[in-house]
Amino acid sequence: MTNDRPWLPYALILPSVAFLALLFVVPLVQTVWLALSENGAPSLANIRTMAGDINFARSVQNTFLLALAVIPVQIAIALAMGTLVSKIGAGRETILWIWTIPLGISDLAAGMVWLAILQNTGYLNSLLFGLGLIERQTAWLTYQTPVALFIGIAIAEIWRGTAIVMVIIVAGLNQVPKEFREAAEVFGAGPWTRFWRITLPLIRPALQSALILRTVLAFEVFAVVYALGGRNFPVLVGEAYAWQNQNQNYGVAAAYAVLIMVISLAATLVYLKIVKVDPERLP
Amino acid sequence: MKRLLSFGILATTVAALASPSLAQTVFLSTQLRPIEEATVVREEILKGLDAPVDYIVEEPPQFAVRMEAERQAGKHTISLVGALHGELSPIADKDALEPLDTLAAKLAEAGMPQSFLDLGKLGKSSQQYIPWLQATYVMAAHKDALKYLPEGADVKALTYDQLIAWGKAMQEATGQPQIGFPAGPKGLMARYFEGYFYPSFTGGVVRTFRNADAVAGWETFKELWSVVTPNSTNYDFMQEPLAAGEVMVAWDHVARLKNAISAAPDDYVVFPAPAGSKGRGYMPVIAGLAIPKGAPDVAGATAVIEHLTKPDTQLLTATHVGFFPTLNIDLPTDLDPGVALLAGAVKATQSAEDAVISLLPVGLGDKGGEFNKVYMDSFQRIVLQNEPIADVLKSQGDVLAKLMADTGAACWAPDAASDGACPVE
Amino acid sequence: MSTAMKTAGFSSSRRLLLWSGIVALCAWVIVPIYLVAIGALGGRTGVYQWPKTGLPTGLSIEPFLLFLKTEGVVQSFLNSLGAAGITVTLSILLGAPAGYALARYTFPGKDGYRLLVLLTRAFPLAILALPLTVSFIRLGLYDTIVGVGLIHTVLALPFAALVTQGIFLGVPRELEEAAWVFGCTRIQAFFKVVVPLALPGIVATAVFAFVISWNEVFAASVLTVRNRTLTAYLLTVLSESPMHYRFAGGLLLILPSVIFIFAVRRYLFAIWGISSK
Repeated sequence: MTNDRPWLPYALILPSVAFLALLFVVPLVQTVWLALSENGAPSLANIRTMAGDINFARSVQNTFLLALAVIPVQIAIALAMGTLVSKIGAGRETILWIWTIPLGISDLAAGMVWLAILQNTGYLNSLLFGLGLIERQTAWLTYQTPVALFIGIAIAEIWRGTAIVMVIIVAGLNQVPKEFREAAEVFGAGPWTRFWRITLPLIRPALQSALILRTVLAFEVFAVVYALGGRNFPVLVGEAYAWQNQNQNYGVAAAYAVLIMVISLAATLVYLKIVKVDPERLP
Repeated sequence: MKRLLSFGILATTVAALASPSLAQTVFLSTQLRPIEEATVVREEILKGLDAPVDYIVEEPPQFAVRMEAERQAGKHTISLVGALHGELSPIADKDALEPLDTLAAKLAEAGMPQSFLDLGKLGKSSQQYIPWLQATYVMAAHKDALKYLPEGADVKALTYDQLIAWGKAMQEATGQPQIGFPAGPKGLMARYFEGYFYPSFTGGVVRTFRNADAVAGWETFKELWSVVTPNSTNYDFMQEPLAAGEVMVAWDHVARLKNAISAAPDDYVVFPAPAGSKGRGYMPVIAGLAIPKGAPDVAGATAVIEHLTKPDTQLLTATHVGFFPTLNIDLPTDLDPGVALLAGAVKATQSAEDAVISLLPVGLGDKGGEFNKVYMDSFQRIVLQNEPIADVLKSQGDVLAKLMADTGAACWAPDAASDGACPVE
Repeated sequence: MSTAMKTAGFSSSRRLLLWSGIVALCAWVIVPIYLVAIGALGGRTGVYQWPKTGLPTGLSIEPFLLFLKTEGVVQSFLNSLGAAGITVTLSILLGAPAGYALARYTFPGKDGYRLLVLLTRAFPLAILALPLTVSFIRLGLYDTIVGVGLIHTVLALPFAALVTQGIFLGVPRELEEAAWVFGCTRIQAFFKVVVPLALPGIVATAVFAFVISWNEVFAASVLTVRNRTLTAYLLTVLSESPMHYRFAGGLLLILPSVIFIFAVRRYLFAIWGISSK
């Protein structure tokens, strides 16, 4: 578009910038200052308290591990959903609606759902018991079973968070012109080749949005983890809440929040670099 | 789109118009939150008042944020708060509560024990809150568990060794550990260490944090933990695992056991926590009523406090919830059977010959949470991560010593009194 | 020729595979929700039953009725609608122009703007609660539905901006330019050409904003005392209630979002661009 009025885009974004500045940036700056000061003077005391805490290293590790385990699976499931649904005609909308339901489910409710399934007297144990695979209630969510706990949390997160990825990716797949795939088919490309060589590169913008959004949300994971693992599986946001609420030390809580923000920003920049997208097609 | 917009605007207007605009005394409480209890408070307990009271409940984290925000902004909505001793302490620490000395003097005459009223001073010279309700922690067991009780053990006067033997017998018989503790993120496990474990094994809480008795105590506790269900670190309220049959024996706050016991009072026994080498530690829980400085309706709030501390109201409250009067009065005989069971155990705890009372921390201000964290971190490292006891106690003891020095809090019972900050020996 | 025959030969087994995949993924989403519904409607005994059958026996809507009868539920439901209404309105009014700018123009600071927008999602909102509450009290927005709506807009705005950007990218600019040629002003062209094409996507954005506001708990409960939203109200009431009440509350929270998504399912996938098929 001809840019004869260079001020126009700024006029368009101005209201939202002003709004965010007032309601987000101001408290954000206050919070960053809270993290980096002590009694009104600049200080790294809060950062030191944070880094010296017994759960700090574990919460960093857990948050990253969970993100690494969950995001690829979510992308894969979303791609599978997109591919499957593109092959059917009737019932498409209903199926997409069903797959989108978790989008409307809050973290709290999702944690409750999976706790009902995975707790000792839950449905999973009932099923295994009914099948004769276990003789009595088995605990899956304790500190003694870290692997099962991790898998349980990952499954709950995948259940809850895949819908948003799916929406983005299905929309992206919709935009891939049929002609490309048909042309590839004519040239004898198999389904896998078509997928890797044609579809995937073409949905890059959607993929990038999905990755960025999902990663930012993955570093914010909290309510589901808290419902299922309690203190057994410390994550960054959970630690921030604990410092704010249980320990009532707002400075250290702010330090955690700043750390989470820095990590999310870094991840976003990495995606922007790795998944290169034609700037015109940026989502 | 247009329809959606106008719908949104319409809904907003409706909501705005429908909001109550009556001048009511706003009473914000972190206690008596569950739906049935809050309804009882609104419809029965606060019924006898002339002026209308708006009873609002709040989770403790949001409560803390809100009180701090109202204080910082200097504009107040809330006239009366009802919260635990530990939740009121950070607010009092910032000088944000009205002194209530006249009320306290009246209540002392009406028979409220001076020891309770003193707790309400929170280490200051004036009365910060009025004790409203009291409770403590007890143990509950399903009656099926009693047959595994070791020979010669009296469930009303257990020792730690007997509890461990009991736990082992239950585990052997059922194949699963059957004892549970509320060691989840919202559980009150820190109070177990401060009010039960340390007083029972060391006769102190802060001074004795890392002495030889403490090391021996932690060894016993590790042995006990081997027959405690590993799910304990997920439990916040023991009433659910008890009712679900996940555990047969549990320790918790009476209000957090109440649902299970009241639902099936014939299935349970309730009894005092076990005794260690230095006695049977126990900790009272006090919920208090306080008026924030700058409250919009001080007169109304005072009237509510007077109403809630009347003998009749206190009895009415006790019959409905797992808390008991702070006034020195006898409970009615027609209590809810579950509440009666709990009351019996509370009485047994207080009157036990070997009882060691552990008071609530005083003078920690807003460091109460970090104080709890010292005990929970020690637990996590010693028991869950199996680190050497002496090393953990040494490093956590340093953290505790710094905390006490920073706050300057003097020792409280059962620790011997101190001049200045309570030392970690 | 040979490919066609192969396709025909495989078609039935591939169809089977396709549908079993679809059914499996549907079950994966639905079964957990079904189990919560059973927990909510099964009453106290159902929650503590072992082993559980997973069959809908002994259902009753008693816990639900208890909720609806409780003082404040209807009011907080209205409050939730109000806050969500404000969130939807504001996030579209503020987000859509920004999305349009991001879609149509290249300008210095564009990346910075996108980062700012993402930041709002990257920072745990609850940690901002204290400074926000203080300023809200000073501004007189404390304990008002407008205040809650404003904060929810902060959360919904990034979605609105990013999503509408995708939508406007999907409206061919040639169409817009053609309208100019036919004598429309820019503004006329926008409202006559772009808006009708982008409308389904904007509706979907509205639903996103609605769902975000509907589900948000922490800010809503800290910023209000009497004018609670439904989520905030349920949170404080539920956390210590017996399990079957909690499931009932959980279901009560899930249902409206699901219904709203159902209402606009058709538009949902227009979100990241109008289908070019």
